[in-house]
Amino acid sequence: MPLREIDTFSVSFLQVLDETGNLDAALEPDLGENDLVGLYRSMVMAREADQRMLKLQRQGRMGTFGPCTGQEASACAPTFAMTEKDWFVGAFRELGGRLMRGDTLCNHLLFYNGFEEGAALPRENRTLPISIIVGSQTLHAVGLGYAMKYRGEKDSAVVVFLGDGATSEGDFHEAMNFAAVWQAPVVFICQNNQWAISIPRSNQTRSATLAQKAIAYGMPGIQVDGNDALAMYKATREALERAYAGEGPTFIEAVTYRMMMHTTADDPTRYRTDDEVEKWKERDPLKRFRVYLEKKGIWDDKRQEVLEAEVKAEIDATVKDFESRTEFKPDAPFDHVFGDSHAEIERQRAEFLDNLGKEKADA
Amino acid sequence: MPKMNMVQAIQFALDQEMSRDDSVIVMGEDVGLDGGVFRATDGLFEKYGTERVIDTPLAESGILGSAIGMALAGLKPVAEMQFSGFSYLMMHQLEGHASRFRSRSQGQWTAPLVVRMPYGGGVRALEHHSESREATYGHLPGVKVVLPSTPRNARGLLAAAIRDEDPVVFMEPKRSYRAFREEVPEEEEIFPIGKAWKVKEGKDLTLVAWGAMMRPTLKAADEVSGKRGITIDVIDLCTISPLDSDTIVESVTRTGRCVIVQEAPKSLGVASEIIARINEKALLYLEAPVRRVANYDVVTPYFGRELMYLPTPERIARAIEETLDF
Repeated sequence: MPLREIDTFSVSFLQVLDETGNLDAALEPDLGENDLVGLYRSMVMAREADQRMLKLQRQGRMGTFGPCTGQEASACAPTFAMTEKDWFVGAFRELGGRLMRGDTLCNHLLFYNGFEEGAALPRENRTLPISIIVGSQTLHAVGLGYAMKYRGEKDSAVVVFLGDGATSEGDFHEAMNFAAVWQAPVVFICQNNQWAISIPRSNQTRSATLAQKAIAYGMPGIQVDGNDALAMYKATREALERAYAGEGPTFIEAVTYRMMMHTTADDPTRYRTDDEVEKWKERDPLKRFRVYLEKKGIWDDKRQEVLEAEVKAEIDATVKDFESRTEFKPDAPFDHVFGDSHAEIERQRAEFLDNLGKEKADA
Repeated sequence: MPKMNMVQAIQFALDQEMSRDDSVIVMGEDVGLDGGVFRATDGLFEKYGTERVIDTPLAESGILGSAIGMALAGLKPVAEMQFSGFSYLMMHQLEGHASRFRSRSQGQWTAPLVVRMPYGGGVRALEHHSESREATYGHLPGVKVVLPSTPRNARGLLAAAIRDEDPVVFMEPKRSYRAFREEVPEEEEIFPIGKAWKVKEGKDLTLVAWGAMMRPTLKAADEVSGKRGITIDVIDLCTISPLDSDTIVESVTRTGRCVIVQEAPKSLGVASEIIARINEKALLYLEAPVRRVANYDVVTPYFGRELMYLPTPERIARAIEETLDF
């Protein structure tokens, strides 16, 4: 018997604003001036906060962190598409999105200075703390999605962020599979920033696109220009609508670029060229969104100046606030081992405090 | 009171907890229509439906990782690992997330869930189906590790685990699943987690065991007590983490002699920790070195040789007598 074709697949690419800020008007989402300016502000805030954190880290005023510069659109625009009833499940390079969810910059400074206080987000925000084990958070998103479905919260879905490196992890594949089997209301946003520390996208997988991975699991997948905030907003919004309607999960590959190092402990000059970085600078998500706003007549240099001054003042105030915090309960870890009290934990707390007291007395 | 074996008692606890609280969800491989490979979830699928008794795809990390998400959203997942030998695939979700959400978020987020898993040897099973690795889980701060030994305490401890605020690894001695029956009260009964159980009162020696080792331990205790006219304090740990050392220390300060029975390899196990605690709190009361009756530090042999390696009543009895005669 001759071979016969039993199925065919294709992958689409979505771009609304091209690299120079030209708009495909047919695809333009219906957003008003306040929305557009709000989205732009959140991306500018992400960039400025990121660069300030980098300075603080270099000055020894903050610990290691993974900068997000260059990926503002792929984190902020999906978050902008969410409502407060949706769940935000991040990895560790979505600063702008987190700030939009009510997770503060002060929290980030605390977190990256080694204090859990920075991850103590109120549950009402439906925003999970930063997750460091690559890909592992995707499964939490699926469980949250299952719970929303089980509880009949039809206007709640989960947006989970991951990177290109995470697509090699077993947990990612298990999450994609579980989400599809359960038809869970989950939107996977894969920020393909081309590099997993030193491993280029081409060494991570032989798949021509990451979006096509969705096909094997039986869910829609789309490749989106991740530096195009309008495209990211549109794709996420459509995926959320599908999720609310009970049509299950969606996978979005956001093609973007990690403009900075993996973390402040990394030196990317060891594995990638300046030429490549320069090429991506031209595709900057903020630059093209600003051109779009200017062309719409709702932005100009004056407004840009005002915004930058506002953002800078807000960051200055936060840094000051953060650095004025010096009191951290030394034995807080003993408070949160278990929900109830146990004799051995309390004995060890007493021993810890006793040792601490003696060390202070010696000093 | 109806008499039940341990599998029935576990099923009974699940049924009662599911009927009490609609946030309780059972999930795992073959737990639905098939009722679980040991039938511990038998009948739940018919009674509570596919939404609450989830036949998951075959992926242990997927099961625990998604259970964590459910728990974060306020559900109470009871996830089954089909055998403890396959549970290591979910280890990073347990260590990396379930155990940490509470401390990571200063108590804002918690992941209260139960991971049930049959463990232990003595059932002539294939490789990976006979290990006793409770110490592996006991080493994770933020995780409670519970090992029942009888139908009645299995029911009471599982109900407690489901109501607990923290992730609980619930290791079921599969060798004891159908080994004997015991009366289990129909009304609610909770056995507190973190509390060891005094099975027998005595004054000449303290005998400590847990899980599947309770039966050979009790047999040895009866034998030596009868033979020598002595009495033995027998302690069933029930929970290995957090460990109730107060009950053990109190006993050892009275008896001065202690034998610990452990199915797991000898080194770096729960017995080692108990000896350390006795050393810290009751060293000067000891009349003899504390003895361990344990498996050996070998990869668990296939079942052709298995019984030579597991602690037997005879081996336990010898250790008791040698400790008495020291």
